[in-house]
Amino acid sequence: MSTHSPFGVNRLFAAGARATYRTHLATYGDLAPGSSRAELIPELERSGLIGRGGAGFPAAQKFGSVPRSGMSSLWRSSAIVIANGAEGEPRSLKDERLLRDAPHLVIDGLLAAAAVVHAGTMYLYTTAQSLPSVRRAISERDDARAIRVVEAPDTFISGEASAVVNAISNGVALPTDKTVRLTTSGLKQRPTLVQNVETLAHVALVARYGSAWFREVGSNRDPGTRLVTVSGAVPADRVLEVPGDTPVRDILRACGATDDDIAAVLVGGYHGAWLSGNDLSVGLSPAALASHGAHLGAGILYALAADQCGLRASAEIVRYLANESAQQCGPCMFGLPEMARLLERIASGDPDRRLARELASVSESVVGRGSCHHPNGTTRLVLSALDAFSPDVQAHLTGRCVRRAGR
Amino acid sequence: MAGTPNRYTLHIDWTKCDGRGLCTELIPDLLARDKWGYPIAKTGDPAARSNVAVPGSRLAAAGDAVDLCPLLALKLIAPTDAR
Ligand code: SF4
Ligand code: SF4
Repeated sequence: MSTHSPFGVNRLFAAGARATYRTHLATYGDLAPGSSRAELIPELERSGLIGRGGAGFPAAQKFGSVPRSGMSSLWRSSAIVIANGAEGEPRSLKDERLLRDAPHLVIDGLLAAAAVVHAGTMYLYTTAQSLPSVRRAISERDDARAIRVVEAPDTFISGEASAVVNAISNGVALPTDKTVRLTTSGLKQRPTLVQNVETLAHVALVARYGSAWFREVGSNRDPGTRLVTVSGAVPADRVLEVPGDTPVRDILRACGATDDDIAAVLVGGYHGAWLSGNDLSVGLSPAALASHGAHLGAGILYALAADQCGLRASAEIVRYLANESAQQCGPCMFGLPEMARLLERIASGDPDRRLARELASVSESVVGRGSCHHPNGTTRLVLSALDAFSPDVQAHLTGRCVRRAGR
Repeated sequence: MAGTPNRYTLHIDWTKCDGRGLCTELIPDLLARDKWGYPIAKTGDPAARSNVAVPGSRLAAAGDAVDLCPLLALKLIAPTDAR
């Protein structure tokens, strides 16, 4: 155990803003050179680290799914690790913040991951805003020269794992049809591990200080810290590092919001679900949110002000999502614009009583029928809006909006 | 992912399918057409509708659909335990 281990909740940004390699090393100490597969994967398993990109998959399990490279296949089919910093969610700022302030933790995590799966090739994939800080960080150290940096376009879908692989190999950041896992056959048909940059930053800390240290913060079911981005009805958009399972209400209060200001909170981003104002004591962890039909996604909280119409806000999001469909898969290409149209009609006070049922039925029909989760995520948002704002749906049918007319 | 123990699945590549519905005529018991013409699995978990379970008795018909799909959007995937 190093004497350097940061104390408390301020882990990922312990080296301060725009940390140079020197301050990084002074803060965290050296990365134990070349942790082996046999050491780091069990340590990650004990840490309970859950991926921070959105899918919420245990990190150790994903590492473990990369096949061991045999001697004969070493030169031809060695694995590839990709640090994913595409962050397509418009309301997420955490990966950009991480790559600006703590790029060396991400690089450490990428190097550790590559050592574990014997990867011959490493990529860091991120948007234009983050390229300068990433390039500067790489140039500051000798062990990172092999990392290839690839720019991600600013689209919602560019960070989907198969889109990441497609972008790096063909320059097209669109999802592809998959019949095998990327960890079996991905970039250039080689086993490919795509990990979110925040996940890798935590890997760098577990590799240094171990799983017991990692679990000192957070809850049993969601150990460690998480980065969250809070926006909407708060004084200013903020990125916060919080213990896993922190109640949503506490996070909003830390951002200066009061309960009375908030009608509902969108959790998990545009593929997420609305939590009503009465449910804000729920912990921000995959397990706690699942019981509310929500998921954590990339750690996004968007607070809806008490006088804002949740149906209108949702309609705007669904219209955005329809426009961000990659237009490759029929049900997504035709279904999402129709969902947006129907929700817009409900939001604008169309008195047709069949609209909500029709919207639910179109939404359910697109689930599981695309090459990526875009239809599923959009449906989750629509169904949760119909549920969380059902009194508003009723009021809109009579031409009133309880939010704007009321308080 | 595709590949289920002890059962064949018919995988639909949505990036290729253009929804003219030939497959839904060949295996109407497995696939219906949605309002835009695209195939939609009649049974099974909605979230897994890109991989449609094929009973043994319908393997041959599903194979025909694979061969006749003009856009090569269909693929039969063997049970994982038979590989
Ligand atoms: S489901 Fe939609 S977003 Fe995903 S690949 Fe198909 S068309 Fe593109
Ligand atoms: S035959 Fe092929 S292209 Fe036509 S609807 Fe079926 S899967 Fe789609």
